[in-house]
Amino acid sequence: MTLLPAILSQLLHLALMLAAAPLLVGVVRWLKARLMGRQGPNPLQPWRDLRKLVRKQPLLAENASVVSLAAPYAALGATAAAAALVPGFAHGMLLAPMADLILVAGLLALARFALALAAMDVGTAFGDLGAAREMSFAAFAEPAFVLAVLAFAILAGTTNLDAIGTLLQEGMVGLRVTLGLALLALLAVALAENGRLPVDNPATHLELTMVHEAMLLESSGRQLALWEMQGALRLTLWLTLLAALFFPFGTAGADAGPLGWLLGLLAWAIKLGVLAVALAVFESAIAKMRVFRVPEFLGAALLLALLGAVFLFLSTGLA
Amino acid sequence: MGVRGNSFPRSFPASLRQESGPPDCGFRPGGPLPILTTVTVALAFLLLGLLLLAPLGALAGRGARLVHGGGIAASAGFVLLAVAGLALGDGAVLLLPVGPPWAPLTLALDGLSAWFLLLLGLVGVACGLYAWVHEAAAPPRRLVPYPLFLAGMALTLLAADGFTLLLGFEAMSLASWALLAAQQGEAERAAARLYLGFALFGAACLIPAVGLLAGLTGDLSFAGMRATPPQGWVAGVVMALVLLGAGSKAGLVPLHGWLPIAHPVAPSHVSALMSGAMTKVALYVVARLALDLGGPAQPLAWGVPLLLLGTASALLGALRATQETDSKTLLACSTIENIGFIAMGFGLSAVLRAADLGPLAALAAGAGLLHALGHALFKTLLFLAAGEVQHSAGSRRLDRLGGLIHAMPLVALCALAGAAAAAALPPLAGFAGEWLLLQALLSAWRVGSLGLQVLVAACTAVAALSAALGAAAMLRLWGLTFLGRPRTPRTMGAQDADPVCRAALLGLAALVTAVGLLPGALLALGAPAVARISGHDGVAEASFWLVGPSASGSGYRPLALVIVAALLLIGLVALVRHLSPRPAARGPVWDGGFIAPPAHLPFGDPATQASAAGFAQPLRRMLGGPLLAAREAVERPPPGSPDPARLESGFHDPLLPALLRPLLRLRDRLAVAAERLRDLTIRQFLGLSFGMLVLLLVLLAWLGAGGAP
Amino acid sequence: MGFGQLPYDVAHLLGGAVLLLSFVLLYQRRMAAVINAFATQGALLALAVAWQGWAQGAPGLYVTALVAAAAKAVLIPLALRALVRRFGLHRSAEPALGIGAGLIAGVALVALAILVVLPATTGAGALAREDLAMALSVVLLGMLMMITRRQAISQVIGLLSLENGLVLAAAGVRGLPLVVELSTAALVLVLAGVAGFFAFHLRARFESLDLSLLHRHRGERAEAEQP
Repeated sequence: MTLLPAILSQLLHLALMLAAAPLLVGVVRWLKARLMGRQGPNPLQPWRDLRKLVRKQPLLAENASVVSLAAPYAALGATAAAAALVPGFAHGMLLAPMADLILVAGLLALARFALALAAMDVGTAFGDLGAAREMSFAAFAEPAFVLAVLAFAILAGTTNLDAIGTLLQEGMVGLRVTLGLALLALLAVALAENGRLPVDNPATHLELTMVHEAMLLESSGRQLALWEMQGALRLTLWLTLLAALFFPFGTAGADAGPLGWLLGLLAWAIKLGVLAVALAVFESAIAKMRVFRVPEFLGAALLLALLGAVFLFLSTGLA
Repeated sequence: MGVRGNSFPRSFPASLRQESGPPDCGFRPGGPLPILTTVTVALAFLLLGLLLLAPLGALAGRGARLVHGGGIAASAGFVLLAVAGLALGDGAVLLLPVGPPWAPLTLALDGLSAWFLLLLGLVGVACGLYAWVHEAAAPPRRLVPYPLFLAGMALTLLAADGFTLLLGFEAMSLASWALLAAQQGEAERAAARLYLGFALFGAACLIPAVGLLAGLTGDLSFAGMRATPPQGWVAGVVMALVLLGAGSKAGLVPLHGWLPIAHPVAPSHVSALMSGAMTKVALYVVARLALDLGGPAQPLAWGVPLLLLGTASALLGALRATQETDSKTLLACSTIENIGFIAMGFGLSAVLRAADLGPLAALAAGAGLLHALGHALFKTLLFLAAGEVQHSAGSRRLDRLGGLIHAMPLVALCALAGAAAAAALPPLAGFAGEWLLLQALLSAWRVGSLGLQVLVAACTAVAALSAALGAAAMLRLWGLTFLGRPRTPRTMGAQDADPVCRAALLGLAALVTAVGLLPGALLALGAPAVARISGHDGVAEASFWLVGPSASGSGYRPLALVIVAALLLIGLVALVRHLSPRPAARGPVWDGGFIAPPAHLPFGDPATQASAAGFAQPLRRMLGGPLLAAREAVERPPPGSPDPARLESGFHDPLLPALLRPLLRLRDRLAVAAERLRDLTIRQFLGLSFGMLVLLLVLLAWLGAGGAP
Repeated sequence: MGFGQLPYDVAHLLGGAVLLLSFVLLYQRRMAAVINAFATQGALLALAVAWQGWAQGAPGLYVTALVAAAAKAVLIPLALRALVRRFGLHRSAEPALGIGAGLIAGVALVALAILVVLPATTGAGALAREDLAMALSVVLLGMLMMITRRQAISQVIGLLSLENGLVLAAAGVRGLPLVVELSTAALVLVLAGVAGFFAFHLRARFESLDLSLLHRHRGERAEAEQP
């Protein structure tokens, strides 16, 4: 691995992730609208919203502390650092040795903590409610995530995302029941972490059952823009992560040259597109579940991941 | 540090050889390692100094400053000497000129002792600084036991034989009990009584454990015990006794019930010492007796009880921490959680060692040790911050606090560092320990037995669940205390801490960050301690930049992470500044459109802000039912009645009553039986004592004939 | 055959999918969803059996697959749906055991099945062993569903899902005669018929399919239960 392509691919990757994030949210919104028979907003609308929000003068509550000001930066910074670690179009980027799955989970937990702190800063009922629920859901999502990671740690012998992706791309693993179960578990975790249906409805405002939006009610202007960007980047990160683990085809090596990168970019765009369509279809077809059913949903994901690990023990024991 | 870290593995086997040779007993001036002997002698003098400080505590007033200044100096000495001990290798055994002839008191500083002495010293300095300010006018009954408590912990860590270990452990127990009993109030007395009961129980378990480890030869020195590790059922009994004895002091489930009651009662610096250091000393005893002395050549199941108890502690402690409404009780429950993580690391290390997976065993042991250090620091920080809040805002109940970040910004920010570390957020101390623990758990499938693999997978899930619950608990603690609106007028009068206390808190926050950023360098320094527990020399990849299970596999690079995150943050801030230069305007809080509060509620309607119990509600409903006997009942008034409806909710830990109730019943039954003894004739009394004597003689004859292994 | 070979991988995957549907059956609350999951499980079972037929070169298995597809995926679900419509059972009662506890018990049963099957089949190939473990798991989960559900129809579905496990086991073992499978299937159909009759009868007598109502009418407990 030579240094220059590694640096270049890393920078390109991060820039593309940041650029694609609002676009992806817009595409999902547009697809959902089309599926429901509406015209739908332009997929570029989230970018326009961000531009508008950044230009507005933010309005802070009188008793807002430094937490309200700093938390969005911390959250977006942590999410961007995590996004830089997840391989998108190329393997072997500069930060590939750091791309640890548990570290990604830790960075996302840091972003979540910052979000919950910001929600509690002013002391409102909605913010506290959302923060309490978000942390409670995370308590169920994290073990499911770690057990899904366990399956990959057994298959690849490491939790390094780049190494796992490379190994899976070589097709040495084959189709496995475990992979299927881990996919289901990670999908459930991804839905919960991103506040998508059936866990939370991303399209509502001011509804008693909401979680994620409730925490943002007091932020405005550039703070709100940062939060929106963070949410979009987190969704992009999760979809890229799912693509890297379960559809490892077509990812380029960092030293593959411009043509190889172009093919990798194309593959990445297709994967994200497919996942976005799947997400839109799924969200259109399903209803939101009651808040206290969510632990069952995530608990089932946890148990599926555990089951996957058990089957993997079984087959490694037999081999 | 980095240079040392890289060079350490090469120099390490030499120190092992030195230890594995014939045990060198006694103080040999001019021996081969004079500098190490000097370290041990200096430690002995520090212990003596602490003992001499105790009577000074009787002079209240000026004595207080003397006691606490001496405590700070001794703790700082511990830190320096522990680092020297870690860097230089295992020291010689020092024979003290005191003690009974059949069990001479011996001291030695090896890697494991030095690691725990390091954390004891760091905690001791911080607690001493806090006490310097807040305990200046303390009565003698709170001053005299304090240096004895420190000395007891240090003696336990430095002991080189079973008797000294027990002596130190009991001194620690009694001195900490005296500190608790010095508090006034009925609840405090009850807590002290409960604590004493558990301490006596622990002693009753540890003494036979040490006796069994010494075996029939009666050689109480560690070198002698290590030469003859227990086998068969004796080994099982030793493990059970050590877990009961030291586990009850450490707060392992199911013997944790005293901890959330007793720890919060003490003054905050004593709470911090108990939670941050004393529980670690108890874990040190577990590691020393069960893993170092009894650990070699044990079966696969040797570490399983420790792993299981650790897992249960982590879950129950974390869940209780999400529910408690008293800040110090919450912190004590979080201690149970973190003790559980450390015990998991140690237990997993024993399992992996038995399976001949040396590098992984070292990884698990390193995870336990690093988390022990991290937890000692951030828990001390949080307890001291809770003490500052109690001192300044007049309460430690979360329902009476709120909005303190405006009044006490520095305490708030330091406490945020502690809370974020306790919530296992990168790049702070808690995350480094839990990352290593998860790596060890995720690699433990290599052991190969299917039952154990499934068990470890379940433990992995519970560990992740507990870590996330711990994060929720820490968010709740910090958010309810420092964010939002004040919940009582008293909170408005809070002021930031005294400069000395600020320095202590800032220092602890810096240490928490440093441990998080330099786990590799610390583990390279602590390689002798890792080797003691795991029997394998050090964690595979531990250097300034990197820590990880192997050179090719996954690694954690906290410094690189911080650099990347800092670059991203700088770019982000610069970009937003450029795009949006206008300063924020301030306005009334929107609060979902609630109307402005009436004039008689200057901080707004308390009902529009979550209470401590309200914030805990989701997790209480999701997990509290089966684990904490949580209940919720809505009481609706009959139609037409003007009474308000009421929601009653609560929880309790079912384990402590479950432990105590049979004991109460046993006491009653014993009392009835003893009543019957009074009616015996003198002949029957004599017969009883004679029978007992004959029984003891028979036992002696059986033991002498070699009936026992 | 081992991992990385297509026949093995696909058979493994299909078996795993059947097992997964057993979990879905345990997870679902509403009758319609339970029936849908059952139909999906039947279809997957048919696919798994057909794949085994192709992999083992045993054309007899195609017949089994056809029978399974017709009965399990189409006919029985249709009949069940008709029953549900007739009785108006769209909202099923809560399971006797909570959903979470049921799922945990399910995972424990799967682990048990694996621990039982592995030592008992040391001579067989890896595929047969894993398939047997999965099939036994499906059987156990079917039984678990029968235990944890209160509704008679859910219990019938549990029974049928149990039979799916038996068919899966039979298909995985090379050379099991078709007659045995067909007779097992017939037996289960008879059982299902009896259960259906029982359900009708119950409905006529108590106007509900909640079996907990029956508890009161057991002779020996009659005195104890009377208030």
